[in-house]
Amino acid sequence: MSRELRIFIDSFFPILITGLKVTIPLTLIVFILGTLLAVIVAIIRIRKIKVLSQISWFYVWIIRGTPLIVQLFIVFFGLPKMGIIIPAIPAAIITFTLSVGAYSSEIVRSAILAVPTGQWEAAEALGFSYIQMMIKVILPQATKIAVPPLFNSFISLVKDTSLASTITVTEMFLATQRITARTYEPFILYIEVGLIYLIFCSVLTWLQSKVEDKLSFNKGKSIKKKEKSYVEVN
Amino acid sequence: MLKLINITKSFGDNIVLKDLSLEIESDKTTVIIGSSGSGKSTLLRCINMLSEPDAGIFSYKDMTLNFSDKLDRRLEYKFKKLTGMVFQGFNLFPHKTVIENIVLAPITVNSIDKKIAYEEAEILLKQVGLFEKKDQYPHELSGGQQQRIAIARALAMKPDIMLFDEPTSALDPEIELEILKLISKVTKGNFTNIIVTHNMNFAKEISDKVIFLEKGQVLAEGTYEQLNTSDNVRIKQFLNTIG
Repeated sequence: MSRELRIFIDSFFPILITGLKVTIPLTLIVFILGTLLAVIVAIIRIRKIKVLSQISWFYVWIIRGTPLIVQLFIVFFGLPKMGIIIPAIPAAIITFTLSVGAYSSEIVRSAILAVPTGQWEAAEALGFSYIQMMIKVILPQATKIAVPPLFNSFISLVKDTSLASTITVTEMFLATQRITARTYEPFILYIEVGLIYLIFCSVLTWLQSKVEDKLSFNKGKSIKKKEKSYVEVN
Repeated sequence: MLKLINITKSFGDNIVLKDLSLEIESDKTTVIIGSSGSGKSTLLRCINMLSEPDAGIFSYKDMTLNFSDKLDRRLEYKFKKLTGMVFQGFNLFPHKTVIENIVLAPITVNSIDKKIAYEEAEILLKQVGLFEKKDQYPHELSGGQQQRIAIARALAMKPDIMLFDEPTSALDPEIELEILKLISKVTKGNFTNIIVTHNMNFAKEISDKVIFLEKGQVLAEGTYEQLNTSDNVRIKQFLNTIG
């Protein structure tokens, strides 16, 4: 067995396990917190709540207008100068969450606004309060609209977490860099880590189609069923 | 008796209701007719508070809502809950089954016990003749069936006043008659019905009173017979056009 192949095989599980232990949990936590933040920001902006709405606009403007790596450096390397010391992993979680929150708030906002006026009016006419209407009527329908673009940011996030390596978080990419420094096999090792990212993202793509199927309360399921029986008859 | 006194509503420069006053008798069916843009739907939406009048007074039972003053939000909500609305486009919740559509508001808004809400919904479904569809989704139903469910959904909140905003305009003529009969069957005598429509059959078959609206004001009111035999040129012209 060649040396390259042995290094490839020997490194596979250490890299994968770092991925499962750091990259995946980091991604999941950030995605959940970020999406929650996005929903809150979206509703604040739709309702045009005074002050909060301006703050939200400013927040989205700053986050979308500056590079993620700059934000990471400010939080991890810059804030200690002001006396605020945040350890690497929390710093990564905070920065990524703010980033996902800003980008996804626009996704959530457009999805909420895409729910037909008739649905808002029907809920209002039945006496729903704003919060009840959001939870029971609007958000379930907006979710269906938002799933494809939200999964887009989910998949981007998996790969963006590699930037956390620059602030000393030992995630998958930094783990690979360390093995590379020891073995000096950058070609196969970076291809290897790339492959593992690809596997993670493929799982997410598969998950997306499952979620979309589950949410297809119109068309989707029943039509598929009908098509099947039609084929059987013929 | 629901009294509307000097109701005004405008959207920007466009005055839709001009100092409109009318009286709607309890437990009777009032049909509002008039050409497009006459303010029919706006009037209905004002009664339901989907759009709030700019000025004027609602008086119903012991409640008085004065829109010219600062409104008591709680009183406004109390009045709103006495009304139920059926829309031209049905507006059923697509992510809920038929029966879930009916029980959602009673459970969420009125905190009714789930079991009781479902039992009541089943009775309503039997009344509108769609009990067997209870676990299907709205998109699996025809337009006429969806409108029947929408009527059951509004009735489930036990309103005093049922508002119908062109309930058959999105349906074909055959189904129109069916919906008309249903409205008559499930509401007559027990609810104050206000029906906005282009369809003179409604006026003919189930109205106790017809109101003819023109440019945001009441041009004429009376029984169907009275309007039908009216000498007013504008009313004659209108009735002739829609036949």
